Amino acid sequence: MDTAQASATTKTVTFRIWRQDGPNGEGHYDEFRLPYTKGANVVSCLMEIQRNPVTVEGKKVAPVVWDAACLEEVCGSCAMNINGRVKMACSALIDKLEQPITLEPMKKFPVVRDLTVDRQRMFEALKKVKAWIPVDGTHNLGPGPRQSPKDQATMYVLSTCITCGSCLEACPQVTIDNAFVGAAAISQARLFNMHPTGKMNAEERTRPLMGPGGLQDCGKAQNCVKVCPKEIPLTSSIAVMNREVSKLLIKDIFFKDEERKHAAGPG
Amino acid sequence: MAAAARFTVVGGGLAGLMTTIKLAEAGHHVDVLSIVPVKRSHSVCAQGGINGAVNTKGEGDHPDIHVKDTLRGGDFLAEQTSVKGMCYAAPGIIYMLDRMGVTFNRTSEGLLDFRRFGGTLHHRTAFAGATTGQQLLYALDEQVRRYESEGKVTKYEFWEWLGTVKDEAGRCIGSVALDLRTMEIRTFPAEAVCLATGGPGIVFGRSTNSIINTGTAAGRAYMEGAIYANGEFIQVHPTSIPGEDKLRLMSESVRGEGGRVWVPRKKGDTRSPRDIPESERFYFLEEKYPKYKNLVPRDVATREIFMVCRDMGLGIGGKDGVYLDVTHIPAATLDAKIKGVMEIYEKFVGDDPRNTPMVIFPGMHYSMGGLYVTFEPDSKTFTPAEGSPKNQSTNIPGLYAAGEADYAFHGANRLGANSLLSCIYSGMIGGPAMAAYAKNNAKSAEAQNSKYFTDAKKYWDDRFATIKKMAGSENPYQISKELGDLMTENCTVVRYNDRLKKTIEKVREMKERWKNCNVLDTGNLANRSLSFTNQLWNMLELGEVIATSALLRDESRGAHYKPEFSLPEPKSKDPREDSQWMELWKKRHEKWAKTTIAKHSEEGPKISYEDIATPVLEPEPRWYA
Repeated sequence: MDTAQASATTKTVTFRIWRQDGPNGEGHYDEFRLPYTKGANVVSCLMEIQRNPVTVEGKKVAPVVWDAACLEEVCGSCAMNINGRVKMACSALIDKLEQPITLEPMKKFPVVRDLTVDRQRMFEALKKVKAWIPVDGTHNLGPGPRQSPKDQATMYVLSTCITCGSCLEACPQVTIDNAFVGAAAISQARLFNMHPTGKMNAEERTRPLMGPGGLQDCGKAQNCVKVCPKEIPLTSSIAVMNREVSKLLIKDIFFKDEERKHAAGPG
Repeated sequence: MAAAARFTVVGGGLAGLMTTIKLAEAGHHVDVLSIVPVKRSHSVCAQGGINGAVNTKGEGDHPDIHVKDTLRGGDFLAEQTSVKGMCYAAPGIIYMLDRMGVTFNRTSEGLLDFRRFGGTLHHRTAFAGATTGQQLLYALDEQVRRYESEGKVTKYEFWEWLGTVKDEAGRCIGSVALDLRTMEIRTFPAEAVCLATGGPGIVFGRSTNSIINTGTAAGRAYMEGAIYANGEFIQVHPTSIPGEDKLRLMSESVRGEGGRVWVPRKKGDTRSPRDIPESERFYFLEEKYPKYKNLVPRDVATREIFMVCRDMGLGIGGKDGVYLDVTHIPAATLDAKIKGVMEIYEKFVGDDPRNTPMVIFPGMHYSMGGLYVTFEPDSKTFTPAEGSPKNQSTNIPGLYAAGEADYAFHGANRLGANSLLSCIYSGMIGGPAMAAYAKNNAKSAEAQNSKYFTDAKKYWDDRFATIKKMAGSENPYQISKELGDLMTENCTVVRYNDRLKKTIEKVREMKERWKNCNVLDTGNLANRSLSFTNQLWNMLELGEVIATSALLRDESRGAHYKPEFSLPEPKSKDPREDSQWMELWKKRHEKWAKTTIAKHSEEGPKISYEDIATPVLEPEPRWYA
């Protein structure tokens, strides 16, 4: 064994991990040290800890609880604070992190246990902005509307949002108990309003963004776009939806009566 | 039966969500149980696309050709009625997804674009960048959210299905499930239950699967009497990126878009791949398969890569690994069509595949086998009869299975971009089948049967109380890792009977060791070790089924390859011209072209074989040269 190999086998990785037994419990840090392996990431290390959940003090503890599924940064499960910044644990390579590596749960969502949080507010926000195309049914109705490759390219990027919560975590306007829907849902409203069929009921998506918890709560800090693991142009989405909200406000002021009259139909 | 019957769908991937949509659309109420928020289900990982013979490229493609490619690709072990139904429904399914807003790639005219995939000569695969599964899953997730907001669907996310509730006649009348956060166990009465719980990737430890794909639900259903079929047919994807925590998929679309597989001709060549001239590169797939080249079916590509590395010793740097090269394709083209997969490689390996050939090796990917289900063929079309309660039904009345969890659509080997299709199609016929079943069964679930629910709940309360007290010396996660290593070593690309026998013995040893597990965690909330220890038993059961099924099938077919029992190479390029070889093939085919049936017993799986009806296509030798 040459010296490089020898030092590689003795090299270790140290973790400082937040432990919390339940939503209301007190918390503390546990420290773990494990052998270094090339190409390791935060998830592979957490798996190693599962197989030997012993702290540096030699204390046997329960394995760390965290969320993960695909490990390819496409399911959105494993977002957490790694050395104080929100990241996907599966793509957080150990070689690129300073030690000891501190793992903490996201702070804008209620803790379930250890590093696991409840992100239900994000799914509720998708309901609020009606983030879907109201299709007539699943039976054979022929192809959908034609779309230009350019529009497809824009929509595809918006549609890669993995609902990980990073944008909410980094946003100074989002707090654990306020109603701000955050950048992800705003961007989804933009996505469906762009679609040729979705356009037909764009107003239903824009209107929920007019009141409390909507676009007015955005403080334009632009943190969301910086932390998005999928590099979605979230601030452009916010700008687009701001414009749609303004248009709707003007329409409400000047044309509401007229529209109501037309909607009632003749006679 | 009341107008709005209540159903349970377990699993929120494509198959589960499509089943849910079909039931909700028909006015029924659906409880969806999923161990993760449904938007995070494993369907999200599929990259390449979804097949449908829409024939937009003037190639004369037709659903019948899709049927033929699929049945041939599966070496005639697939259930033919369902395959025909699926291929005929495929264009309509792609259009439906298009209407739901899936961001499919477009032609300059604004129409759907199609790419080529393995095992076919046609452009038949609709795709949305390199994350088609994600885009399809989101489309169905959005439709289900719409139903949820209308009160027609209730989601139980972070709930794990534990088992069925059966009545005295053995009918499934509901489920028992565990809240993975509060650890509460409760029952869910239902007119019918569908298991759309995906594949058993984690039985193989590291695979291309999400770590939630333990196969636990299918394993438990098998223990409760459901037949597990064709367990030995495990697809090993030819191109994955080996990693510490998983084998990350490198999509077949990379080859579909022109990626070339090669190794240096010289053993142990240490030059950087870019410095090796064309003449010194061994494009082994292109040389051996001039017609399909790099797009031979997955089992064929996997074996060739495996042999080039293990038998010929030509792997990169003398190790497991071959080049998958896209550096000859302009970066802009790559970014337009497969940016997602390029980024995966970049992110997890650190090299840019646009400039440096990727290094890949086969990885466990998909289970063709699964829970046995039936179909009722329409006597005229030989496709599943519309609205028949028999479609997608397991042998337990009232229990259905769909998606990767069922065994039907892919035979001995699945073609790329057929899995998203089979998931959605099985949901499309499974939902109506469940509704039809409920309509025929006047007896409604809960009221008169409360005893069955109380008993089932008590069984699981007791079982979890027992597991929670396990304080032995074995770490369940360690056993799981050893099971994975064992299965990967002996039950993937190449199989030998002596090793399979040892594998079965070892799995049985692990079952003994399981009894000496330490649950590791005594917490009352989100106790993952507790739920995992229960899952691990079901994984061991499936491991035993897979290894036993592989041991008993003494032939090579599709993904199941036994060198000791393979036919010799035919003497002519088209094997039908070699009459002697054809005799051998016919004999082998008559003996083994059967569905493997595994039934649970305390002593281990009981294996038998069932003939396969061939109303759609007469079997023929499968060759791709």
